[in-house]
Amino acid sequence: MAANSKHVVDFGHIKSTMSDPYKKPVQLIDENGKIVNKELFDRFSDDDLVNLMEKMVWERALHEQTMNFSRQGRLGFYAPTYGEEASEMGIAHAMKKQDYLFPAYRDLPQLIQHGATVKEGYLWSKGHYQCYDYVRRGVRAWIPQIIIGAQYVQMAGAALGIKKNGEKDTVAYAFTGDGGTSQGDFYEGINFASSFQAPAVFFVQNNGWAISVPRKTQTAAETLAQKGVASGVPGVQVDGMDILATYLVAKDARDFAVAGNGPVLVETLTYRFGAHSSAGDDPSRYRTKEEEKPWFDKDPLIRLRKVLTDKKLWDQDKEDKLVAQYKDEFKQAMKDAEAAPKQKVSDFLKHTFEVPTPDVAADIEKFQAKESK
Amino acid sequence: MAKLTYIKAITDGLDQVLQEDPKTLIFGEDVGKNGGVFRTTQGLQDKFGTDRVFDTPLAESGILGLSIGLALTGWRPIPEIQFMGFTMEAVDSIGGQMSRNRFRMSGDVSMPITIRTPFGGGTHTAELHGDSLENMFVGIPGLRVVTPANPYDAKGMVISAVENNDPVLFMENLKLYRSMKDEVPEGHYTVPLDKAKVAREGSDITIVAYSAEVNEALKVADKLEKENISVEVIDLRSLSPIDTATIFASIDKTHKVVIAQEAQKMAGVGAQVASAIAENDIMSLDAPIGRVAAPDSIFPFAMAENDWLPNADDIEAKVREILNY
Ligand SMILES: Cc1ncc(C[n+]2csc(CCOP(=O)(O)OP(=O)(O)O)c2C)c(N)n1
Ligand SMILES: [Mg+2]
Repeated sequence: MAANSKHVVDFGHIKSTMSDPYKKPVQLIDENGKIVNKELFDRFSDDDLVNLMEKMVWERALHEQTMNFSRQGRLGFYAPTYGEEASEMGIAHAMKKQDYLFPAYRDLPQLIQHGATVKEGYLWSKGHYQCYDYVRRGVRAWIPQIIIGAQYVQMAGAALGIKKNGEKDTVAYAFTGDGGTSQGDFYEGINFASSFQAPAVFFVQNNGWAISVPRKTQTAAETLAQKGVASGVPGVQVDGMDILATYLVAKDARDFAVAGNGPVLVETLTYRFGAHSSAGDDPSRYRTKEEEKPWFDKDPLIRLRKVLTDKKLWDQDKEDKLVAQYKDEFKQAMKDAEAAPKQKVSDFLKHTFEVPTPDVAADIEKFQAKESK
Repeated sequence: MAKLTYIKAITDGLDQVLQEDPKTLIFGEDVGKNGGVFRTTQGLQDKFGTDRVFDTPLAESGILGLSIGLALTGWRPIPEIQFMGFTMEAVDSIGGQMSRNRFRMSGDVSMPITIRTPFGGGTHTAELHGDSLENMFVGIPGLRVVTPANPYDAKGMVISAVENNDPVLFMENLKLYRSMKDEVPEGHYTVPLDKAKVAREGSDITIVAYSAEVNEALKVADKLEKENISVEVIDLRSLSPIDTATIFASIDKTHKVVIAQEAQKMAGVGAQVASAIAENDIMSLDAPIGRVAAPDSIFPFAMAENDWLPNADDIEAKVREILNY
């Protein structure tokens, strides 16, 4: 880990001064595309920069195409990710294949980057059991959790499992939102992982809102990152609209955890540009255009696009081509999802217990008879 | 064979599974050095080490969430929830998470988790220590709920529970912990998780009971035997699923049934047994189904527990009522 800069992510320092959590969000490029931390910026090769940009473009395209499908009535529950690309892709870029991911409902893009397919994402939204095929394929990721906070306590268990299994260079990740930090499970998960000094990195994507409830209603705490501190876990706040910063913090947090130092809590400061979900949420009921405007100016794609364009690594034509290519892939994924086989209640019954109980067995027969008609 | 208390039988069973399967882990509040507040895990940390038997921070949702993550990474967790009343802190982990995971993954992921927890009235504990909460849990698909009524079953069932690949809520009756001793075989043996047991054979009337109420029913059977009334007692052992075949076989013979439970009467186990009989075997009966249960109030203040809990007298009165119908 680099040292000597006020923007450097020095977890060792944070750990030794628990009462003074990191309050200045880590940032490498500001919203005008100005490099504000040259030393950290120089840790990125040109290829890295392009790769990160491509991932954000991918996520934005995924969002746009998915919203289209949603408007066409071809999807079920979908939580838009518009605006959170730097936060989600920066972190995803730091994850390794062997790491365990415990996502929440807004984290399909990270899940897909970790090995799930877009088709599985669509099946999850539509409600089809094949959405979890990635688990069967051995992708180390669990379900997009609906119960806010539950992923934190479960991830603590997986982190302890990793430690007990003696797996090196492996961590567990969990994601929640700003609202999620008010849950008991949020604290219990962090505190358990801390007590066991397990290799865990907890992320809070603070997008300002929990449906209609603003961040400030959740807590009077100055930062959400500092919520780790009481558990003996360093908390770091990062500019979640700066993918270089989120990547670096996620990577350093990972390094910290795999080195046996225990968990880290990372808060990314981001913003939900769109509605909470595709199920009829209307942000104009609870927030103003004046509030939204400065956040749109922080759009994570704008600033990295500027850096890359200045370096002659990027142009609009390239981006347009990529978007078109991605969207074709998503359309195919949707077609594949729509071709998924009809589900059978008898199969659900079969998977209630390892060996069906007599009552379940009777129901299996009953449904099989119906299904064969 | 040694004569063991219910609690020692469970310790013995846990010792056995820890020996046989290196993936088993025991954890919870005070289960390590202290051996549990009732000493159920006494000596296990010394014998198997702190990697296998360990204390956790004090948080029930954390303990059961931890169990899920450990199960996902290849372990076979045996968490303890110090008292059943505290499972309410962890209802999501049980009903929202672990019991659904096999279904979510179409059978490709198992949650071999055994949640041990003491419950049951009559020991005058603090509030929320003695409640029988099984009625809350038996409605959760994918979760087994079992409770032994004697030391022999306690050991055999705890081994079966741990070996089972589905989540099992293993309820240990506080009042039985030290009040009875049984011949308990050494080493490995199992008692099935989903089979009721005919605790006593009889021909005039059937009492269906579980946990401490089995002993109350047996007292009634002893007493009525002197009047030449032959009572069959069925110990359910498994509350979910319920072994209805054993119940139907019994009432086909006796034609009369009383269902006794310590929990409140609303919904739950006794109601399910009554409904299964009504739905499938009502024509065997020549009298109404009798029910004995706690009233539908909050579990009482400790000094009033004995006035509230259903006991042998209540069962006897109900049995006589049904016999004289
Ligand atoms: C335990 C629980 N309570 C309530 C909800 C309903 N709910 C879904 S999302 C949400 C807001 C979550 O906000 P936040 O944690 O900030 O995440 P975001 O959606 O902003 O990413 C609520 C209240 C839920 N899914 N789970
Ligand atoms: Mg939020």
